[in-house]
Amino acid sequence: MNGVIDLTVFQVALAYVFVLMVLVIMRFLGIKREKELIISSVRMTLQLVLVGYLLVYIFDNPNPFVTVGIIFVMEAFAVHTVFKKYQGKLSRPLKKVIAFSISMGTLSCLVYFLLIVIRISPWYQPQYFIPIAGMFIGNSMTGISLGVKLLLDGMITQRALVEEALILGATPQAATKSIINNTFDAAILPTMYSMVGMGIVFLPGMMTGQILSGTSPTTAIAYQIAIMLGILGAVALTVILMLQLGYRTFFNKDEQLQSF
Amino acid sequence: MFQFIDVQYKDILDVPSLLIEKGKITTLVGTSGSGKTTLLRMLNKMLSPTQGRIMFKAHDLETLNTVTHRRQVTMLSQNPVMFDGSIRDNLNIGLKFHEKNVGSDEMLLSMLERVKLKKALDTSPHVLSGGEKQRLALGRVLLLNSEIVLLDEPSAALDDETEETIIKMVVEYVRIENKTLVMVTHSKTMAEKQSDIIIEISEGRCRSIRGCTK
Repeated sequence: MNGVIDLTVFQVALAYVFVLMVLVIMRFLGIKREKELIISSVRMTLQLVLVGYLLVYIFDNPNPFVTVGIIFVMEAFAVHTVFKKYQGKLSRPLKKVIAFSISMGTLSCLVYFLLIVIRISPWYQPQYFIPIAGMFIGNSMTGISLGVKLLLDGMITQRALVEEALILGATPQAATKSIINNTFDAAILPTMYSMVGMGIVFLPGMMTGQILSGTSPTTAIAYQIAIMLGILGAVALTVILMLQLGYRTFFNKDEQLQSF
Repeated sequence: MFQFIDVQYKDILDVPSLLIEKGKITTLVGTSGSGKTTLLRMLNKMLSPTQGRIMFKAHDLETLNTVTHRRQVTMLSQNPVMFDGSIRDNLNIGLKFHEKNVGSDEMLLSMLERVKLKKALDTSPHVLSGGEKQRLALGRVLLLNSEIVLLDEPSAALDDETEETIIKMVVEYVRIENKTLVMVTHSKTMAEKQSDIIIEISEGRCRSIRGCTK
C-alpha cells in the first residue's frame, strides 16, 4: 500500500470550493438557504476539529471511565434527538420505552460485537469502542425514529381497527400485531437496502476511510461486513424492543385504548 | 348477571342500581347522548366506571381478566370495522382473536346464510353496502358463540329496516341458543316488541319501563 497523503490546512480549505459552488447555485436560483449552509459548514468543521483533538487525547490515554462516559453521552444524545423530533407526541411511558430500547438494543449488540467478534483488549479500548458504538447508536437512532413515527401513525390511523379487535376479544398484542409487523418491516428496510447496495452502488464510509488511511481493502471489507451485520442486529433489536414494549403504553390496565 | 352499584362515568352516567338478568333480552332506550352506549361499553369493559362497582356473576368486574371477560361478552358495534382480506378472513378473525380454530368453509357459509348475506367467501368486504357489512359483522360475532351478546344501535347511516333485520336476527339467535342480550336502540317499537326488560336512560340516569329491578 502507498503511504497516506496527509492533508494540509490549505488542502482542506480548497474543499470549501464546493460550499462556494452551492452558494452560487443557491443565489442563482433564489433559494434562501445560504445562511443555513454556511452555519452547517462551519458547525461541521468546528465539531470535527474538536472531536479530532478529543479522540487523539482519548486514544493516547485509554481509560474505562472515559470510554463508558462517552458511550453514555452518545446514548443520551440519541435518546434526546428522538424525543426532540416527536416533542409533545410521546407519552411518558413511551419515552421510557424508547430510552430503554436504544440503550439495551445498542449496548447488548456492542458488547457482543466488541468482546466476542472483534475481541478487543482491554475491553474499553477507545479506538474500537467509540467509532463502532457511534455507528451502532447512530443507525439505531435512525431506525427507532422511523419506528416511533410509524407506530404513532399506525395507532392513530388504525385506531378503529384496534378497537374493533379488542371488542372481539383480542389481546392488545393481537389487536396491534399488523401495526407492529409493518412498523418493524419498514424500520429495518433502509438498513437492508443499504446492505444490498453495498460494494456495488457505493463504498461505505467506514471502509472508504480505512482504505484511504492505508488499510488493505480486504481487511477493510472484513470489518465492513462484520459491522454491517452488527448494525443490522442493533437496529433490529432496538426497534423490536421499542415495539414490543411500546404498544402496551397505548393501553391502560383494563386493556382499553388510551387517548393519545 | 350484571349488577351496578353506585356506578358513575364522568358526568355522563349515574346509575345507583341496576340489574341485568341472565337469559333475558334487555333493551336500553333513550335519546342520543343520554349515555346508552356508555353503559353498554361498560359491560364488556371497553369503559370502566369512574366511580362505583359493576358485579358480574358476583365478581367485581374490575378484578376479572379483561380479555377473558370480553370473550364471554361480545359486542356488535355501531359501526363495525372491516379487516383486510376477504369475507372469510373477516368471519375467522374473531375466532383467531379468541385463539380458537378457524371455521370450515361449510360452517362459514352457513353463518352467511343465517345472517342472510349471499356472497362468496372470497369477496372483499369493502365492496359490501353498509347493511351488508353490518350483517357480516353480526356473523363474525355469532360465530364466537359468546354467553352474552351486546348490540349497539346500528349506524344511523343505515335505514330502520336494516336495523330491524339485524335486531330480529340477533333476537332469534339469542332465543334459540338461550343467550343473554343487551341492546341499544332508538326504536321504541322494536324495543317493546322484542325485549323482556326495557330501561330508559335519560340524561345519564336509568328508569325502568318494563320488568326491571330498578
